[in-house]
Amino acid sequence: MIEKLLFQTLIGLSFSMYLWLLAAGLTLVFGVLGVLNFAHGSLFMLGAYATFTFYGKLGLNFWLSIFLSLLCVGGIGVILECLFFRRIYHIDLPYQLILTFGFILIFDDLVKMVWGGVAMIPPMPRFFEGNFNILGRPFPYYNIFIICAGIAVALLLWLILEKTWWGRMIRASASDREMASAIGINIPLLFTNVFVFAAMLAALGGALGTPVRVVAPGIGTAMIIQAFVITVIGGLGNLKGAFVGAIIVGILTSYGILLFPIFELFIIFVVMAIVLMVKPQGLFGK
Amino acid sequence: MKRIKFFLLLALIIFLFSLPAFSGKYILYITIHILILSVFALGFNLLLGYTGLLSFGQAGFFAMGAYACAKILLILPSLLLGTMTGMIAGALAAFILGFLCVRHTRIYFSMLTLSFGMMIYSLAWKWREVTGGDDGLVGIPRAPLEIPGVFSIDMNPMGNYYYYYVLVISLLAIYLLYRLIQSPFGLTLKGIRESENRVAYAGISVRHYRLLSFTIAGLYAGLAGSFLPPLENTVTPPIAHWTHSAEPVMVTLLGGIHTFSGPIVGSIVFYIIKDIIVRYTQYWLIWFGAIIVFLVLVFRGGIVIFLIERIWPLIKWR
Repeated sequence: MIEKLLFQTLIGLSFSMYLWLLAAGLTLVFGVLGVLNFAHGSLFMLGAYATFTFYGKLGLNFWLSIFLSLLCVGGIGVILECLFFRRIYHIDLPYQLILTFGFILIFDDLVKMVWGGVAMIPPMPRFFEGNFNILGRPFPYYNIFIICAGIAVALLLWLILEKTWWGRMIRASASDREMASAIGINIPLLFTNVFVFAAMLAALGGALGTPVRVVAPGIGTAMIIQAFVITVIGGLGNLKGAFVGAIIVGILTSYGILLFPIFELFIIFVVMAIVLMVKPQGLFGK
Repeated sequence: MKRIKFFLLLALIIFLFSLPAFSGKYILYITIHILILSVFALGFNLLLGYTGLLSFGQAGFFAMGAYACAKILLILPSLLLGTMTGMIAGALAAFILGFLCVRHTRIYFSMLTLSFGMMIYSLAWKWREVTGGDDGLVGIPRAPLEIPGVFSIDMNPMGNYYYYYVLVISLLAIYLLYRLIQSPFGLTLKGIRESENRVAYAGISVRHYRLLSFTIAGLYAGLAGSFLPPLENTVTPPIAHWTHSAEPVMVTLLGGIHTFSGPIVGSIVFYIIKDIIVRYTQYWLIWFGAIIVFLVLVFRGGIVIFLIERIWPLIKWR
């Protein structure tokens, strides 16, 4: 039984990393721009579809496909931020949420129009085929790669935010937008950069998922809701919290499937509700 | 203005009652859906427009109403009983969960209602023994409207009685809500929206009022939900999903949150837009999403305010 649980933990951990990549961008955008972006999941979905097209359909190199998808989704991010999101920072919450929801509708139907409504799954890259033998069970190489990639992104984000000048500007404008503007930070440009960066993180999550997870029109809305749970658990706008939250949700999901399949989804929302009721600023909030 | 409003309303009601005389089944079916969405969104707007709370879990209460009604109809085919049960189920769920939700405001309230709504969704989706899982509940009869020993009306799909049933109850529910908003209770809610602290200073328990408002919104969601199973003969989990919670939010913002009729106008426009676009393309949500985005960026007051402030003076001036 212990072995089974340990193994399930590893599976949960690899699932956590997709969630982490999505939630990182979501919480970053909320922390800096102040907008809770429902459409963030759509960017995840677009990343998956773009990679599917480059890698699965056109047969390009896997890494090149991921890189190209990041560029594409980043471009969409620029359009979204400059034309639309920029105008809603100052307006009431319901309008912000519903605008981002409008983009979910647009992107969901757009992918149906372009790629059709069927779920698709491209072949695994040759060099990832095969399994490790962990505790007497086969554990795919690819999952190990995902776990490493997720941790690498977490370290990179930490380095960028804590150690670089750009990170300092982001932190400054997150804590006081006006003051940051007064000392000469170009806030609109910074916001665009942050939004695009977050969009690319989401796209990376989607892109990395393509060889193992299904590519279908609904994945954006299904993932974003779990990313919401994560950002709430970790505290809205808190990156460290998002990382821990992603691991909690991922592992809880994988245990849930094994131990109490009926309440697998239910339990996640129970955790979310409890955190909101007891400590609304999140586990890592101040 | 007031007289014109009265005549417009009268004309609308006469129109709705005489609709079956000159229109086909499809129009009646759509009209029932408009009524369902109107009742759903009006209850929602009691929270958003009057109390200042944005709930993203209303679909959960809608689903409670729909599933409760469906369960009753499967056991005991009596329409009135089904509707009542649905209403009570919605209200009860909202009362219990509201107790936990109303301590928070703004985004935390929205997130909390979202999580409760999704809990109901996950039960509807996974708890196969009770809810039928992802197949939902099927074969729900359109039960007769009857009070044993007094009267019984057959709700045969070929007749128009079910349309009248939904119409009468919806109009009644809308009228009651209208009266409620005009009452001191409604004014207190508006007061809470404007300034929570001042209302608290006046010695009013803000939390109790919020809870009551939340419960009423749940009751209306449950009522709207209970209209669905006899119409469609099935209920499925997507009606509890958070994307369905966004529907009342959209139509309310479309119509305008600061007017009573906003959600109704929004619902009508929602179905008209859908019906028109669907004739040209099956991907109507792209266009609807674009309309939503345009609306948020360009006129946030909603259609009703737009008509009153911009269009009405033009007509009056001539």
